[in-house]
Amino acid sequence: MRGLAKTAWMEAKLFLREPMSAFFTLIFPLMYLFIFGAISGNEPAPQYGGQRMLDTAVPSLIAMIIGITGLMPVTMTMATYRERGILRRLRTTPVASWVVLAAQVIVNFAMSCAGMLLLIAAGTLVYHVRFEGNALSVLGGFILSSLSFFGIGFMLAGSLPTVRSAWVAGMALLYPMMFLSGAFFTVDLLPKAVRTISAFMPLTYVVNLLRGLWAGDAWSKHVLDAGVLVGLLVVGVVVSTKAFRWES
Amino acid sequence: MDKVVQVEGLRKVYGATVAVDDVSFEVHEGEIFGMVGPNGAGKTTTIECLEGLRTPDAGTVRVLGLDPQRNGKLLRERTGMQLQQSALPDRMRVWEALDTYSSYYAKPVDWKPLLAQLGLEEKRPAPFAKLSGGQKQRLFIALALLPDPQLVFLDELTTGLDPQARHAIWDLVRDIRAKGKTVFLTTHFMEEAERLCDRVAILDHGRIVALDTPPNLIHGLGAEERVAFTVAGGPSPALQSALSGIGRTEVQGERVVVHGKPDGETQLVSEVIGLLTAQRVVFRDLRTEQATLEDVFLGLTGRQLRD
Repeated sequence: MRGLAKTAWMEAKLFLREPMSAFFTLIFPLMYLFIFGAISGNEPAPQYGGQRMLDTAVPSLIAMIIGITGLMPVTMTMATYRERGILRRLRTTPVASWVVLAAQVIVNFAMSCAGMLLLIAAGTLVYHVRFEGNALSVLGGFILSSLSFFGIGFMLAGSLPTVRSAWVAGMALLYPMMFLSGAFFTVDLLPKAVRTISAFMPLTYVVNLLRGLWAGDAWSKHVLDAGVLVGLLVVGVVVSTKAFRWES
Repeated sequence: MDKVVQVEGLRKVYGATVAVDDVSFEVHEGEIFGMVGPNGAGKTTTIECLEGLRTPDAGTVRVLGLDPQRNGKLLRERTGMQLQQSALPDRMRVWEALDTYSSYYAKPVDWKPLLAQLGLEEKRPAPFAKLSGGQKQRLFIALALLPDPQLVFLDELTTGLDPQARHAIWDLVRDIRAKGKTVFLTTHFMEEAERLCDRVAILDHGRIVALDTPPNLIHGLGAEERVAFTVAGGPSPALQSALSGIGRTEVQGERVVVHGKPDGETQLVSEVIGLLTAQRVVFRDLRTEQATLEDVFLGLTGRQLRD
């Protein structure tokens, strides 16, 4: 336990020292909030069914934090640790592999939470974003979505041979998802073909789930979203446990 | 326990390549045991089988009386390991590495004195990426010493270091032995093995071709010694014939080289100096050249060490 606490604390410091991780998880979503705010303000808009745009933007940007954290810091840290022999060095100590993985989960989850709280604080203070859901319900959706996406990150890091290939795969998944999952634009307004593609993107289900819970939906209205994410989580845990390697 | 490591018939195959072939040896408590040989001779594979990082295809391995495959965790509590290819995160600071790694052991030593002992005191807040090659290796030694190990594995510790850093590392390895610990190291520098190790196993193509103390290995070779010196104006014919009585003598201008076989009784160099002093010959630039482990390797394999 002492090993896990120390490792998690160390990894948290390393996360914040790594400009890429800290920027994309903590600052980047905040930038988008202000860009959206500057474009549209937070007034009722017909294309959002009379809703105010930023009320839906905040849960969408929270979904984006989840996508970014799973596909950038989680993937890159694990792939780098293996390629550079950092895991090899750890393996010469009595530390168990689950401690190494758990520390990553804890730290990346804590950082995603910090990103979410910054976003909510900025949205509330600057744009008076309304929250009509149940906080515990949103937190539950956030935890499920985060863990599912960490699973994707561990799968990529474990199964791809090099840091570069893990980076390319992460980006190839992340960029289309950011634009087509509904995190930026409402997918309903896009052509049918795009909506079909969108249905194959895990982030779409995160966006739907979090937006719904944020607006006060019950979980029963999001059985499909939750089911997809639980399925993804199970696959993620099984594959990443099997694919875990101490060295390349 | 006298035998810290016992290896019997160790064999490891990668595909069609036999990396280690029927290797047997023992390492005794309190010694610096070296495994030397060219790159690709099987040194790292052997050390990794001892560390439990690789599974042998045949043979038995006991380290501190434990089977590395079955009791890996217990073994890692009691041994320190420095690996050839390993690293720490770039932005991890020296003290953080020691502090974090300490938490992995049940009974770690206090890492603060280790910093001073390894000359890393002023590098305490430095990130790993900013350390020189020698400082990184010293940090890895410090990490290897955290569990207060009975046995320390050092794989290619000084590869890539400049001579000064290499000498500093050698002193540290001798300090580890002075504390009663056993050291198992691999190197492809024959000089390092000769100057540092109590006993040396020479490995070639996955087999041990010789195993003894460095002086015994060199003596066993029966290689000749050479004494060379310069006499202003060249040696007189009388001196030349007197020197020929000691050993085969070559003269090139003012430079004289006397060859001789070490026979264990008399030292070639003292005979030559004795003669020069007796004949009141003024000489300068006297050098002796004796066989080294490098020559032993050449004698055993017929090849120079590939580097």
